[in-house]
Amino acid sequence: MTGEKGVHGRAGAGLAAVLLAAALGLSACGGAEASGDGTFVVGHSEPDHLVPGNTTSSYSFDVLGGLFDNLMTLTADGRPVPLAAASVTSDDQRIWTIKVKPGQKFHNGEAVTAQSFADAWNNAAYGPNAYEANSYFSYIEGYAALNPEDENARPDGKTLTGLEVVDPATLEVTLNDPFREFPMLLTYPAYAPMPKAGLADLEAFEEHPIGNGPYMMSGNWERNRRIELVPFAEYTGPRKPKNKGVTWKSYSSADTAYTDLRAGRIDVLQTIPAAKVPEAKRVLGDRFLPRAMGTIDYLGFPLFDERFADPDLRKAISMVIDREGINKAVYNGAYHPADSLLPPIIRGHRPNACGDLCTYDPAEAKRLFAAAGGFTGTLELYFSNAQPTYEQWMRIVANSIRDNLGIQDIQFREVPASEYFSMLSAREEKGPYRQNWEADYPSPQNYLENMWHSKDNRMGWTNEEFDELIEQGNRAAGDREAMARYHAAEDVAIREMPMIPLWTWAGQGGRSERVANVTITPYSTGLLATEVTVG
Amino acid sequence: MWRYTLRRILQAVPVFFGTTLLIYAMVFALPGDPIQALAGNKPVPDNVLHTLRERYNLNDPLLVQYGKYMWGLLQGDLGENYTGQSVSEMLAGRWPVTARLALTAWLFELVVGIALGVWAGLRRGRLADTLVLGGTTLVIAVPVFVLGYTAQIVFGLHWRIFPTAGADEGWPASYLLPGLVLGAFGLSYVARLTRTSLAENLRADYVRTANAKGLTRVRVIGRHTLRNSLIPVVTYLGVDFGALMGGAIVTEGIFNLPGIGQQVFQSIQLKEGPVVVGAVTVLVLIFLLVNLLVDLLYGLLDPRIRYE
Repeated sequence: MTGEKGVHGRAGAGLAAVLLAAALGLSACGGAEASGDGTFVVGHSEPDHLVPGNTTSSYSFDVLGGLFDNLMTLTADGRPVPLAAASVTSDDQRIWTIKVKPGQKFHNGEAVTAQSFADAWNNAAYGPNAYEANSYFSYIEGYAALNPEDENARPDGKTLTGLEVVDPATLEVTLNDPFREFPMLLTYPAYAPMPKAGLADLEAFEEHPIGNGPYMMSGNWERNRRIELVPFAEYTGPRKPKNKGVTWKSYSSADTAYTDLRAGRIDVLQTIPAAKVPEAKRVLGDRFLPRAMGTIDYLGFPLFDERFADPDLRKAISMVIDREGINKAVYNGAYHPADSLLPPIIRGHRPNACGDLCTYDPAEAKRLFAAAGGFTGTLELYFSNAQPTYEQWMRIVANSIRDNLGIQDIQFREVPASEYFSMLSAREEKGPYRQNWEADYPSPQNYLENMWHSKDNRMGWTNEEFDELIEQGNRAAGDREAMARYHAAEDVAIREMPMIPLWTWAGQGGRSERVANVTITPYSTGLLATEVTVG
Repeated sequence: MWRYTLRRILQAVPVFFGTTLLIYAMVFALPGDPIQALAGNKPVPDNVLHTLRERYNLNDPLLVQYGKYMWGLLQGDLGENYTGQSVSEMLAGRWPVTARLALTAWLFELVVGIALGVWAGLRRGRLADTLVLGGTTLVIAVPVFVLGYTAQIVFGLHWRIFPTAGADEGWPASYLLPGLVLGAFGLSYVARLTRTSLAENLRADYVRTANAKGLTRVRVIGRHTLRNSLIPVVTYLGVDFGALMGGAIVTEGIFNLPGIGQQVFQSIQLKEGPVVVGAVTVLVLIFLLVNLLVDLLYGLLDPRIRYE
């Protein structure tokens, strides 16, 4: 019996040693700790795509904003100004002449020309490519031909007939209808240019995008880990980086990202989880960065259900929602109770446009409710499970409806997020539903047309007067005239109230001690990474 | 022994096909439309939705989808997720992370768990025993996310002993804290199991005989008692290794480790059948293999167990 080891030595440790060796054999990844090299780290969620036309995700925009210079960009107060363009002009709001600034280069040395934009847009608008931002090109003539109604038909051509490259510096764009906000649309990330090399190998481009912006990729996209951007030496535009680079680090948990911000392992976090905000205010002090946002929550009605046909009923429900109370109870008072269909950050927002109809007034609500003949059956309230706050405020709304309007039979329908939009698209909801809109670009048209226009609103609301006013606004040459039309259209939508505005979101970010000049815009431009100084 | 092993391996084939079909069917049965969910709130034209559904075989009935998937799999092609990433690439980047995490946790369970168990088992009813029993009860009672966030804030943020999150510092620095959190439950379980099993066996006749023969304490404990006592512990450790590989969802989330658990969780939310099946298939293989190893280990621990 001598000379034999105990079992622990033989089986357990032996197996452990083998497995340990296997584990150590796997190479470890090098660290990229925040260091004194003039670069900084931002935490966010993983992007879905890095080909500009193939994403509508703000996490992708975070990265694309540094890699690409669009033709236009937005000023701090939300006005479009030229960036890669020398000028964008039109006499009739339908045919637009775009002059591209000379001497710009892509990160691989290719020249940025009118063709670079035309190629990128054609690629994104071509139906069979099935790009996520495909519909953002529907304004351009020839879009319908590239996206046939019959789902099994192949489009004839591969290019938008409305795009004409006149010479390397000139692109002429013909739209389907006059559209005055086209320069605003050009700020949307999907409208970025692409180099020939990128279009020739889209898979490689996805891993290593080649842009024309102030930053270029350093190495490839490390999925679910990080994307490192470094200044592009030959950048000639106005957004020269004031730092030595930015790393976008992926987090799957917002709480963890916030902990890393406190530990100084990341320098900027654009969104602190709601539950941590009171603590963050205390701990971060002047490094806590609150901001207004362009995202607004609505409560829509399925007008294809007869029971919701009377506008008075919809107004009654709007008037029993205590927006300010919910803001305090659910959102720490940081949100902005809606007084219009538009968020305050949008140029053209009129304070109190919604007036009494968006003001808590149970007595008047009762009167309107009675005038509408009350409500029969079960009132079902729909929201997705994307955030716990949706249920919190829905419960408050339901209690108020029960107490003030006397509808006793109220059911909550919490739908998984992956199912929610398919349900709304298929019009399967049987009651009021939550939905929101985040600005693609800061124009009243972006909200009103996308959410209320007869051709694609979810409520099933048709109103010729409204549609006509939007189209007049889109045709208008003068700013003032356009605003007047958009406002008139907004008044129609408020009068009919097919969808109730609730509140505008507020963003709460934070920064580390290493960085300064952190500006987060409420637009698709997001964090102005080039402006951040590291010291 | 070898015939037994071969038989077990052959048995794994139907298990493999059964589980993959089952997983595929479960993901298929989840409500919602993954393609619509990709776009979220922004408008997507019908022709784009249709093209994407065609591209990923989502218009086919379940068995056709599964057949197409399996046909690809047998040729070594794991397919793509709905944003066009190759599943094999997605998983290749994640397995090392999960393997390191699971092994770290497992080693904690093995070494610390058994050591604590032996310590308590040999001092049954005394202070050491009470400490181990009390401590492990506490750990088992605390949910993993409480333990994880607390450990992260105390050791990572306030004391700065470990990195708070991420895999950037590599092994072992980045993995010690999450490994300890992930292994805490199993560690407690192993300690209690070892302690009870050892305490039981110490009162057995053969131990009295060994003592009477005048064998040294080390030999009595190590060679005779512990070997018998470890059978249930080894069973648990084996099964738990598979669970650690696939069940690290919460821990990976808290410590921002891009591993398999996190991927499976995200993919279930997004209804990405090919990704879920791809990841789970490997997990199933690991489970089968570890179970076989555990069964073979019994023979080493207890010579009375023989496989024919």
